Amino acid sequence: MTRPAARGGSRTSADRLARLLNLVPYLLARPGIEIAEAAADLGVTERQLREDLELLWVCGLPGYGPGDLIDMAFDGDRVTITYDAGIDRPLRLTPDEALALVVALRMLAETPGVANREAVERALAKIENAAGDLVGAPVAVRLPADTRKVAELRAAVESGRALRITYYTAARDETTDRVVDPLRMLMVGGRGYVEAWCRRAEGMRLFRADRIDAVTLLDEPARVPPQARPHDLTEGVFRPSPDLPLVTLRIGRGERWITEYYPCERVEEGDGDQWLVSLRVTDLGWARRFVLGLGPDVTVVAPAELATQVHAAAVAALDAYATPPPPRDPADPPTADPAVAAPTQ
Amino acid sequence: MSRTRTERLVNLVICLLSTRRFLTAAQIAATVPGYEHDPHDARDHEAFQRKFERDKAELRELGVPLETGTASAFDVEPGYRIARREYALPDIPLEPDEAAAVGIAARLWQHAGLAAAASSGLAKLRAAGVDVDPQATLGLEPMVTVDPAFAPLTAAARDRREVSFDYRVPDRDEPSRRRLQPWGVVCWRGRWYVVGHDLDRAATRCFRLSRVVGAVRVTGRPGAYEPPAGVDLISHVARWSGPVERTGRATVLATPGRAAGLRRWAVATSSGPDGDRLVLPYADPDFLAGQLVGYGPDVRVLDPPEVREAVIQRLKEIAARHDDLAVAGGAR
Repeated sequence: MTRPAARGGSRTSADRLARLLNLVPYLLARPGIEIAEAAADLGVTERQLREDLELLWVCGLPGYGPGDLIDMAFDGDRVTITYDAGIDRPLRLTPDEALALVVALRMLAETPGVANREAVERALAKIENAAGDLVGAPVAVRLPADTRKVAELRAAVESGRALRITYYTAARDETTDRVVDPLRMLMVGGRGYVEAWCRRAEGMRLFRADRIDAVTLLDEPARVPPQARPHDLTEGVFRPSPDLPLVTLRIGRGERWITEYYPCERVEEGDGDQWLVSLRVTDLGWARRFVLGLGPDVTVVAPAELATQVHAAAVAALDAYATPPPPRDPADPPTADPAVAAPTQ
Repeated sequence: MSRTRTERLVNLVICLLSTRRFLTAAQIAATVPGYEHDPHDARDHEAFQRKFERDKAELRELGVPLETGTASAFDVEPGYRIARREYALPDIPLEPDEAAAVGIAARLWQHAGLAAAASSGLAKLRAAGVDVDPQATLGLEPMVTVDPAFAPLTAAARDRREVSFDYRVPDRDEPSRRRLQPWGVVCWRGRWYVVGHDLDRAATRCFRLSRVVGAVRVTGRPGAYEPPAGVDLISHVARWSGPVERTGRATVLATPGRAAGLRRWAVATSSGPDGDRLVLPYADPDFLAGQLVGYGPDVRVLDPPEVREAVIQRLKEIAARHDDLAVAGGAR
């Protein structure tokens, strides 16, 4: 359904044909438009646009006499179509085009906290209607998220103010306060993110909405430095760079889900149950918590430093369990949570 | 495609749009500039035919609805025309805020093929007179990504055609061939699934698109089945991952200043001489044990015993597994 791979450059020329068939109705709808404006709108250079117009000028109805050819009037830098030769409407949407627009609109409509959802839904209904049968598009979208929190964060981002956030960094297992200058809010893979300039890190950062524990609007306006660039998210949120430590684990059958949830650099499938997986981690401390948390069917193969840390942590924890647990402090206030059972010690 | 070819194709479209009669290839050659040839010269004629075939394919690939038929019962040669009603985009009267929404939607695609389709679709709407504000934003924008199996499975579900594909679940060693009547494709929690009638299991099944190995093969004819009326695709995926009730409560002792991740979801915290007591809600003791073990010596379970035992058991196994390695690594 996506088009076959370009055959020797014919793709760009097919694009040109599509552009030309669109151009006449486009100009027809905008009499007297400036050529520069049209070019910018259509995403072509002025020179390309002029070449397109020259080509159209010699096309027209059979007979190909002065009254049959597409005609246009130029007034300085402005152009008006005076004769369209019958291509006064753009082509219908192809199934791919209809699908791409409809699915993206459904995503938008389902995104919690999106502004003007009602306009999105109206647009969706109209596009579906225009696409007709093409969009019995059997595609359903549900993006669950903490709607209230996402809405709160979106309002904070839209306020245009700098924010103080309390943020949990899983890589270092720490919660810190920081001042950020928000740029935008995104949903990637069903998760909300605030993209912001972090004044502490002096860089653009993506903050996961579910890890922002508190947000305060500051009196000063958000000032994203001009050199700051939004993240390229085409490859996902976490793009491990090759200078990060590489961790190799031997995992049992029950832990193979790791390969679906974490970007693995290498997966070697052994003959038996055991697989060898390698992944880049931002922090060895995170890797230690990760490996310990995975369970017994995981062994660190490399680096040795990590194996040592995992072993040491497990041994130290076991030592702590070997000493009797501390008696519950009688001065300890009863917990606020009514569901807590009485201690059984 | 050269300028002459583009010119020829534009003229061909205009010519076929303007005719109500089906025009034969010979009539088109005699009319549209660029097809001039000597029909009595076999090689010249053959070259024309190849050129015309290529041009027709090009137009069809672009989505131009080329009709084939004969002008009268006496004609043997097939003729061509383009029905205006089939060609033209119907009027879509979008309000400015709706047009803005479509413009935003079109740029959400991160998948190259569908990103191109979205922008060419948007170009058609603009050509129809819709003005799209490129600066518009809805405050929160989803990035839309799909797996390679998305396009073929969506098309098959739309056309009601049976498919087969190789499907690999990570804890199985080999992929298995599945045959499915797809009803639709679902995005749930950021992942894509196909829902349909599994022909081998004779039951409704969902498949995760990221687990489809290789190409999806379309095996059936269009319109071969009908999904159940009013089928709720989402419910078939969501039923496997409903909300988890965390009714259990565990008490742990955490080193002050450590285990920040646990503190975030503690329902009660109090500090004592041995550390901070956290009360944690949980559903599955084994799952909780995994999380707690992650914090190593910074977290000690006090209660309930089943969680405490599960943690100790895990720690023993982890320590045993890494014993040799740690020694080899020179730690002890």
